[in-house]
Amino acid sequence: MDGPFLNVAWYALVGALLAGYAVLDGFDLGVGALHLLARRDTERRVFLNAIGPFWDGNQVWLVTGGGALFAAFPDVYATVFSGFYTAFILLLFMLIFRGVSIHVRSLRPGPRWRTAWDVAFSGSSVLGSFIIGVAMGNLAWGVPVAADFSYRGNLLHQLHPYALLTGFTVVALFMMHGAIFLVMKTDGELNARVRGWVRPTIIAFVLMYVLQTMATLLYLPRLAEPFRAHPWLFLAPLASLLAIANIPREMHRGRELAAFLSSSAAILLLLLILGLGMFPDLVHGNGPSGTSLTCFNASSSPLTLRTMMILALIGMPLVVGYTFHIYRVFRGKVKLDAMSY
Amino acid sequence: MDLVLLSRLQFAITIGFHYLYPPLSIGLGVALVVMEAMYLKTRQPRYRELSQFWVRIFGLIFAFGVGTGIVMEFEFGTNWARYSRFVGDIFGGPLAAEGIFAFFLESGFLAVLLFGWDRVGPRMHFFATVMVCLGAHFSAVWIVVANSWMQTPTAYRLVETAQGTRAEITSFWGMVMNPSSLDRLAHTIMGCWQAGAFFVVSVGAWYLLRDRHHFVARTSIGVGLAIGMVASLGQLASGHGSAVTVAEHQPAKLAAFEGIYETGANADLTILGWVDEKNRTVHGIRVPGLLSVLIGGSRDTVVKGLNDIPVGDRPPVQATFQLYHLMVAIGMTLIALSWVGGLLAWRGVLYRSRTLLWVMVFAVLLPQMANQLGWAAAEIGRQPWIVYGLMRTAEAVSPTVAPGQVLLSLILFTVIYLALFVVFFVLLDQKIKQGPHAADPHDDAGHGEVA
Repeated sequence: MDGPFLNVAWYALVGALLAGYAVLDGFDLGVGALHLLARRDTERRVFLNAIGPFWDGNQVWLVTGGGALFAAFPDVYATVFSGFYTAFILLLFMLIFRGVSIHVRSLRPGPRWRTAWDVAFSGSSVLGSFIIGVAMGNLAWGVPVAADFSYRGNLLHQLHPYALLTGFTVVALFMMHGAIFLVMKTDGELNARVRGWVRPTIIAFVLMYVLQTMATLLYLPRLAEPFRAHPWLFLAPLASLLAIANIPREMHRGRELAAFLSSSAAILLLLLILGLGMFPDLVHGNGPSGTSLTCFNASSSPLTLRTMMILALIGMPLVVGYTFHIYRVFRGKVKLDAMSY
Repeated sequence: MDLVLLSRLQFAITIGFHYLYPPLSIGLGVALVVMEAMYLKTRQPRYRELSQFWVRIFGLIFAFGVGTGIVMEFEFGTNWARYSRFVGDIFGGPLAAEGIFAFFLESGFLAVLLFGWDRVGPRMHFFATVMVCLGAHFSAVWIVVANSWMQTPTAYRLVETAQGTRAEITSFWGMVMNPSSLDRLAHTIMGCWQAGAFFVVSVGAWYLLRDRHHFVARTSIGVGLAIGMVASLGQLASGHGSAVTVAEHQPAKLAAFEGIYETGANADLTILGWVDEKNRTVHGIRVPGLLSVLIGGSRDTVVKGLNDIPVGDRPPVQATFQLYHLMVAIGMTLIALSWVGGLLAWRGVLYRSRTLLWVMVFAVLLPQMANQLGWAAAEIGRQPWIVYGLMRTAEAVSPTVAPGQVLLSLILFTVIYLALFVVFFVLLDQKIKQGPHAADPHDDAGHGEVA
């Protein structure tokens, strides 16, 4: 493994960790966004217990993605998190509230207690997804970076229309993903109602997706450059379109797992397209310095990249293995028992 | 206000609150492994009930630990950007490894631990418990390795880049096995075991005082005291080892721990005292020459004093001294409590003495205090350095973050963490009062509209 190859491999690996986060935490964030649509107490408990065994492990993909970013691209870690200070502190608060509310919501019987935590859970899920989207939108749009890699914008810069649009797209995407997941985990009358939510969320997501694509092609043509230069890369957008189109098809046939996998594939492919379009930039700079943080100029030393790649190659297959096993253990419809949330 | 001070305060508050939970989950994890092993061996339902009771409490602690823990993963970037750029090549590795080898393991198998009772067999459930416990320990390993490198940096070289100087690693294992890693790791983990041990003992003692749940109470006390006996001696050994390493690699910190100003042999160990910073001396009860003996095995061992350390390189002496001495005093108390308690429990006296049981109820606070105090002593004693001898704390903050932003987040963190701590405390209290045979707590919820 030589230098430049490792930098590219780490670009892909950090991307894979964040994509893993989007696919996995995506559905439980989506469940959170839909949570208040369930009116009855038991229904809300079913929702919480649908994601109960998974959400915590799902969130680790973000934490590990952050750690991997720190290890492989410390300058990106430093620039992004200090640059988007207020947004990320807010995201951290959302993640804290979310985890706590999932766990404590059903520990006391009072309706006011439960409603308060329901609102906290749902609100933090929506706002958390939105902030993640806004951050992605900013990275795609580009941010002002000085030659010393420090961020030169402010909070208002981060709230421009393209970033907000990306925020809404991510919320819609996760809601669709979460609704399909809930169809797999519920039964009876609740299942019938949840099934009814899938269509509107698909429509909302597809509208956002079209808008997002139009805005990207109009305002960020550089993201399309790699696809013009290497036409075979167009297979990725094509595949994403097929994956999205396949979701209503599988739902219609009553194959929820296939629909969920299609939705997961769509998320992975959309992030792949973003990654291909941005390569080699991790933070695209649009400031006067002309500096961008790339996987080459903002990386750790070759020794660190190599050592950490070896550790990741040992560790991640194990993680994927037992995560798959744990998902299998908890497959099927939710049944509430004494140990449930 | 000053950006450096605000950033330090925020880090201290966020890590301080966070560190209430991981020691409990690490220590309770060990107790759970023991209890579930008892169930696996005897297959008696009452051991299953015992394990389930503690698993429920474990879940609560874990949820708060995870919530406050995510902050720590990102706070180096948000508030310590210069530090992150300077040491990322070295410090980022352990943090990534913590995610890959510890957090995934812990949170993945936690699902089986909490919700898998009827979905997997007892053996698989026990395996999950062991994995959660192991994952919790691995997370301690990587974070203590990372912190130890900040205390005793090795296996690095300074490299000039287009954006300034940074430290790059020369050997990954050299970094992992830096001089203070092993002792500090042992010291931290034993501290966590003590926290978990005295927690289960405390709850058990309270049940006996209330004349409830005798089996759960006695088993918890027995398991807790056994772990506590091992851990308290481990603390003595690892604490000693740590002090020797500090003497060798961080002389300014040792001098502040003991309030030593004059360099020389035959240095005294102070048991209890007050540093007179103006007159450069310590008033208190001291054992002549003992520090030299403990550090180097003989009275002739020379201990470096603060007078020989430039003023700008000295940590705050009084704070470091007091935090350290309080920690040591609590550590000694815990040795006594564990062993006397263990002996009396073995003779059956403990279970009948209300006074002793009340002592055990409140002893739960001691390891928590010692863990916080010790951590603070280690970090304040490293000042003014963030990486000892390499980078000063004042140079490490995020230059693009405004003090006002940090002030706001600091206030929010403080308010939210305090509120969450109250919620945690109320729920913990409720779970303990419900006890092991609690009916399904959801039963009384009704099934009506909630919104």
